[in-house]
Amino acid sequence: MTEFLQHLVNGLSVGTIYALIALGYTMVYGVLKLINFAHGDVYMVGAFAGLYISRGLGVDQEPSLAKAGVVFIGAIVICAALGVAIERFAYRPLRQRARLTALITAIGVSFLLEYGFQLPPVIDGEVPFPPGPTPRFFPEPFARVDFEPFGVHISNYDIVSLVVAVGFMLALQYIVYRTKFGTAMRAVSFDASVAGLMGINVNRVIVWTFALGSGLAAAAAILVAGSRPSINPLLGLLPGIKAFVAAVFGGIGNVQGAMVGGLILGLSEEYVAGYLLSSYRDGIAFALLIIVLLWRPEGLFGRVRAEKV
Amino acid sequence: MRYARALVMALLAIGGAAGAGCKDKEPEKAAPQTAETKTSAAPASDTIVIGHVGSMTGNEATFGQSSDNGMKLAVEEQNKKNGIKGKKIVLKTYDDQGKPEEAAVAATRLVTQDKVLTFLGEVSSSRSIAMGPVADSNKIPMISNSSTNPKVTKDGDKTRPFVFRVCFIDPFQGTVMAKFAAENKKWKKVAILRDVGNDYSVGLANFFTETFKKLGGDIVDDVSYKAGDQDFKAQLTKLKSKGAEAFYVPGYYTDVALIARQAKELGIKVPLMGGDGWDSEKLYEISKGALDGSFFSNHYSPEDTSPQVKDFIAKYKATYNSVPDAHAVLGYDAANVAFHAMETAKELTGPAIREEVEKTKDFPGVSGKITLNKDHNADKPAVVIGIEKNAPKYAATISP
Repeated sequence: MTEFLQHLVNGLSVGTIYALIALGYTMVYGVLKLINFAHGDVYMVGAFAGLYISRGLGVDQEPSLAKAGVVFIGAIVICAALGVAIERFAYRPLRQRARLTALITAIGVSFLLEYGFQLPPVIDGEVPFPPGPTPRFFPEPFARVDFEPFGVHISNYDIVSLVVAVGFMLALQYIVYRTKFGTAMRAVSFDASVAGLMGINVNRVIVWTFALGSGLAAAAAILVAGSRPSINPLLGLLPGIKAFVAAVFGGIGNVQGAMVGGLILGLSEEYVAGYLLSSYRDGIAFALLIIVLLWRPEGLFGRVRAEKV
Repeated sequence: MRYARALVMALLAIGGAAGAGCKDKEPEKAAPQTAETKTSAAPASDTIVIGHVGSMTGNEATFGQSSDNGMKLAVEEQNKKNGIKGKKIVLKTYDDQGKPEEAAVAATRLVTQDKVLTFLGEVSSSRSIAMGPVADSNKIPMISNSSTNPKVTKDGDKTRPFVFRVCFIDPFQGTVMAKFAAENKKWKKVAILRDVGNDYSVGLANFFTETFKKLGGDIVDDVSYKAGDQDFKAQLTKLKSKGAEAFYVPGYYTDVALIARQAKELGIKVPLMGGDGWDSEKLYEISKGALDGSFFSNHYSPEDTSPQVKDFIAKYKATYNSVPDAHAVLGYDAANVAFHAMETAKELTGPAIREEVEKTKDFPGVSGKITLNKDHNADKPAVVIGIEKNAPKYAATISP
């Protein structure tokens, strides 16, 4: 029983991360019908942004909650700006072209970030920029405290991650369904050209969508790097693909779907590795995707929308 | 007529642009991957170029850097002794970023472009296995410094004629740890956590299992991870419930350090055991004491009091200001075995040097006396290092 509960805790902590990344995929898809394959790499940039800020503040010598907050907010702001820049320079010029063109551009941006970060350093320092392929170690933003209720090990990191992640998800839910901006977003998602005719600034909605999604990815990155401290430029590859799976699994374009999809994926991975075969841990993500798509091609929460001719 | 002229103009323009493009790109392509130690690249007649393929960056960056430091020291010393047959030695190092495919490309480049007479490397077995065929097909000897998987010098059942190594192999290294666990520590139940994508890790886990079972021990569980994973808690939670007295984790230091931290976070108190892939100062930096009480097998211990080891440590410290790890020692030994073979060779060609490398017998290396057996491996004793207060401490020596 203790083992089962421990897996539950571990699975939730991984699942919330997938959910946070999946939200970015799903929001961009909802608005633009674009699968932003560079999203996993924005997550990676978030981790490095956090690392540079931590170094600048000297978090490794003297961690404090205030510094942790600065690292967290700083990384989110940097990634939001990166997301906006990617949209402005890579996707917007191609928006009127075939959808496949944008998809291939997204893969290109992804490679640009992954391999760009592995180039030889331009700016030297303790951690140079670009950082190169050697893993770097993320300083602990605050002291770790372990709790042990019923023999299950939980640390304050797990609790903070869960609280922050759930908080962000609720906030997003509020933004999308209760604010004017959210209404505009949903309108653009429904039909961008008609929304434009109704006086909605479509470009601005898209820019903010990218900023929000990328910020969430950065938040996920800091939550992960705080407790699993090794980061490298290919960090975003697998979580990115898995979060994409989670988003499709929940019904791409659907906010609740992405959250539930991420949590289910994290938990199932954990239980498969814990009780069945650990080497199939990554395989399970894709097996799940195939099964769900066979059974419900639109995903768990997705709605079938008739194609307009 | 006008069209024809336009066509010619257009073709010229395209040709010109393409040509210019090529010229611009070539040096750019070549520049970033090289990490040369000496700038004089041209293999002039008064120099001998030897190559090194190592992971200078990437997940196992300290492996390549330590090995390269050891080799550079050997080259410097040999050049002070007037080089080889009066020729200066130039060491050319390429970074493979810890990727087998890059290692094969780098080896090919050393052989075909830099015209090396011998090349050294890699620490990781997966990368050495990728380089072996390059040595054989170009008839240039390759001496691996620390790759311990048996397949490195083998091509199926045959021994690769041009591939050698100056270290022991995994059947022995796995046996050492199994013996240590069963006989010195009297452990009966051990669980294994292996890196499935790594020839070295899989080999060690298998050889450990074999010997440990023979000695009456029980492998209570055998689970796997993939190098570069961030989260190992699922596997560790599973192993925790199996009642093992120790975990055998034959991986590389980056992953092992993270595994150790997460094991501690889950309240796992049993010691971990591993192989020479643990040997890096980064292991202690990342694990932050989570590995206290653990053990790993290695090629040498800096606490060895033999004059040769003391002398080497002093020289290394004077140059690099740090205590050499096993990979630095083996890099130094590999380079010296190559120099010795070149000096005794009748002529400076790949096959002639190969003959001499194969004859290596009782060569006085820092890591012990090196004698290459018929499978091109060195038979040497292994040491077991314990970790106390986040620092390595000599625990035992186990002979073949």
